[in-house]
Amino acid sequence: DINPCASLWRRRRREGAAGVHLRSLVSDSGKQELIMAKSNASDAQALVRSLRSAYAATPTNLKIIDLYVVFAIATAIIQVVYMGIVGSFPFNSFLSGVLSCVGTAVLAVCLRIQVNKENKEFKDLPPERAFADFVLCNLVLHLVIMNFLG
Amino acid sequence: MARNRGFVVGFAALICAALLSISAAASIRPISDAHRSAALELFVPVDGSFPSLEETYEALRTFQILGVGKTSDISGATCPVVLDKLRSSTSSPKEFFNALRLIGILGCQIGSQTFENVASHLQALIKDADSLMDLYYSVISLLHIKGQGVSAVLSDAEGVFHSIKALSQSDGRWRYDSNNAESSTYAAGIALEALASVVSLADAEVDQSKIGIVKHDIEKLFDSIKSYDDGTLYFDEKHVDGSEYKGPLTTTASVVRGVTAFAAVAGKLNIPGDKMLGLAKFFLSIGVPGSTKDLFHQIDALSCLESNRISIPLILSLPATVLSLTSKDQLKVEVTTVFGSAAPPLTVNLVQASSYDKNTPVLENQELQFDTENNIHYLDILPLKIDVGMYTLEFEISLHDPENLNIYATGGRTNALAFLTGTIKVDKAQIGVFDSDAESAATMQKLDLSQDNRISLAANHLQRMRLTFQLVTPLGHNFKPHQVFLKLRHESKVEHIFALESSARQFKIILDFLGLVEKFYYLSGRYEIELAIGDAAMENSFLRVLGYIDLDLPEPPEKASRPPPQPVDPYSRFGPKPEISHIFRSPEKRPPKELSFAFLALTLVPLVGFLIGLLRLGVNFKGFPSSSVPALFSILFHAGIAAVLLLYGLFWLKLDLFTTLKALGLLGVFLIFVGHRTLSHHASTSAKLKTN
Repeated sequence: DINPCASLWRRRRREGAAGVHLRSLVSDSGKQELIMAKSNASDAQALVRSLRSAYAATPTNLKIIDLYVVFAIATAIIQVVYMGIVGSFPFNSFLSGVLSCVGTAVLAVCLRIQVNKENKEFKDLPPERAFADFVLCNLVLHLVIMNFLG
Repeated sequence: MARNRGFVVGFAALICAALLSISAAASIRPISDAHRSAALELFVPVDGSFPSLEETYEALRTFQILGVGKTSDISGATCPVVLDKLRSSTSSPKEFFNALRLIGILGCQIGSQTFENVASHLQALIKDADSLMDLYYSVISLLHIKGQGVSAVLSDAEGVFHSIKALSQSDGRWRYDSNNAESSTYAAGIALEALASVVSLADAEVDQSKIGIVKHDIEKLFDSIKSYDDGTLYFDEKHVDGSEYKGPLTTTASVVRGVTAFAAVAGKLNIPGDKMLGLAKFFLSIGVPGSTKDLFHQIDALSCLESNRISIPLILSLPATVLSLTSKDQLKVEVTTVFGSAAPPLTVNLVQASSYDKNTPVLENQELQFDTENNIHYLDILPLKIDVGMYTLEFEISLHDPENLNIYATGGRTNALAFLTGTIKVDKAQIGVFDSDAESAATMQKLDLSQDNRISLAANHLQRMRLTFQLVTPLGHNFKPHQVFLKLRHESKVEHIFALESSARQFKIILDFLGLVEKFYYLSGRYEIELAIGDAAMENSFLRVLGYIDLDLPEPPEKASRPPPQPVDPYSRFGPKPEISHIFRSPEKRPPKELSFAFLALTLVPLVGFLIGLLRLGVNFKGFPSSSVPALFSILFHAGIAAVLLLYGLFWLKLDLFTTLKALGLLGVFLIFVGHRTLSHHASTSAKLKTN
């Protein structure tokens, strides 16, 4: 099941969570529906708690990759804020900095997809191979970035 | 200003050129020191000698006649050559000729035995000679030997005479040899000189009838004499394109030499003195020639004419052709021989002096007085009351001793051109501006045209400007100069020139600005007024600034012609150009350093957060291989990645792309190899774990 929210809700129904008042609108045409939660603050808190616990179940290597992505994006955001303050001169340096962060984040996401055991598509790909690709692509990206940095 | 002067000078030059082309103007002067200095300049020996004996003779003979130069420094190098030529048995007649004629001038020490050998040699050559030039060289050489005091006698004089005479033609010219049908005037001169030498070398007297025939030939030769417009006479070949063509100077010189030499031995020739005078004038009218050969021929021929037995030409010349009334000059006339030597006692009579323009005689039959000290004939012209201008003077020479008429050639009437100059008075000059309809009521300002004025006038296009003045000669007559121009020059350097009309009494110009508006290109503003008056007979010709006039002209219509562009100094483009101040791009505003450093630190914060997060997640190195070889590869793998990152750092700091790519290529190959080993080892261990 692709929709993680749907599987989560099924699990909660099974676990018998109380105090959640649902009003769902299901149409006969079979379209994907927006589930509207008429909830109070505790609903959001419960949601976050369940997300956290579900996340805790992910394997460590995926967590490392996630942390790496967060680090890369955070660096990118700080650079954008700096550019917002001082102006975009020299623009090439700004671009190379931001693209380095974004590029490495994208490559890390690709690595996560390939390494994730739950992903049936890449079942036959050994994770070392994915890691080698990740390293190679990063090196090429950073060569270009270094050239463009100025 | 330069343009004005150039304008005036150009006009004067035009007048002079016109004058010089006038016929009958005798600007001939006898041989003077100019010729002497020219001779010294032209005949310059190289390393103490001249290139050939012929040129040596030309140089030394010219020096000898003119009385300049030293032969002592030449003789040192030339005498041995001469001696060599004389002693050689294979010398041609021409070589003997060139060598022998130098001996008299150089004063080489040559034994009489050598001369006798040469003489006998020459006699043999004469017997065998068949061409005119060979006969000429041989006979003249023999004459020179005789001149050295050695006895030289032409045995068969009649025969030689006959063989030379045989080559003559009916028109007085000579052929070079019997094969050649071409006759030449130059050859005639050569032949006559040779015949004269034969007569003087002959042991017995040559038959007088034969000499008479030759005299007749000379008269026929003189029938073919040619003349220029200015009365000079010369000889030239009939055909200019002959193979042996020498110019008129050489040909005439040759004929003069021959004729005077023949007259010296044969007695009186029936040639009118006027022709000798014409020939003398021809040589003198050349002035100072520019080449050595021309100078030699001129001087040599004139020396033959200076003392010849036919008639000695007397040259009448004016030392100064411009006479000034202001400085009370006298009219001076010189009568001398061609070399400036004194003439026999004579009187010069100014037959007529007529104004050049109008041809009306102003003087008649004035006898010139003779100044014995300076050898000059003069006439006081001041009391004669002649006005300024250009005059043609006609002179006549009358010799005191009637015997001299046979000896000297005076040439009848001689014409000369002379200028009489004086100060012209500019009188009653007035300038003023008036309205078109009020001419009589105009207020005129007086001008003093003997100095620059600074009058200032103002006019608009409805008014007129008038300038009047009178020009009076020293004798009080009205004077009409060649140039009377008024120039108006605008501030923008656009100029307009007007000629003044002259009536009987005065010069006047009226500028009607209404009609001139278009001519002035509708340019209003200040115009500088300049007056130019000039003439060859006017000593005080001037170009004066009178002042300025402010003209107010209407606006130019659409289609009005623009004033012509003024000439720019052509060298101004080579001057320095205006300096270019480069405008550099102002550098971008950079943020303050503290802010940049703060954000640098801020950028490193996520990295710290990443490391802390990793620690929290509990990363460990358990996956690191334990056995040595895989461990080594792992270490190398990580080292390789670190090296690549270090390379990138260096690339950013100082390397260029190509060096980096080269290094990266090497490192990359290494990394691939090592990485493959490490990761495949890792993969196999994790596979083993999984299956386990």
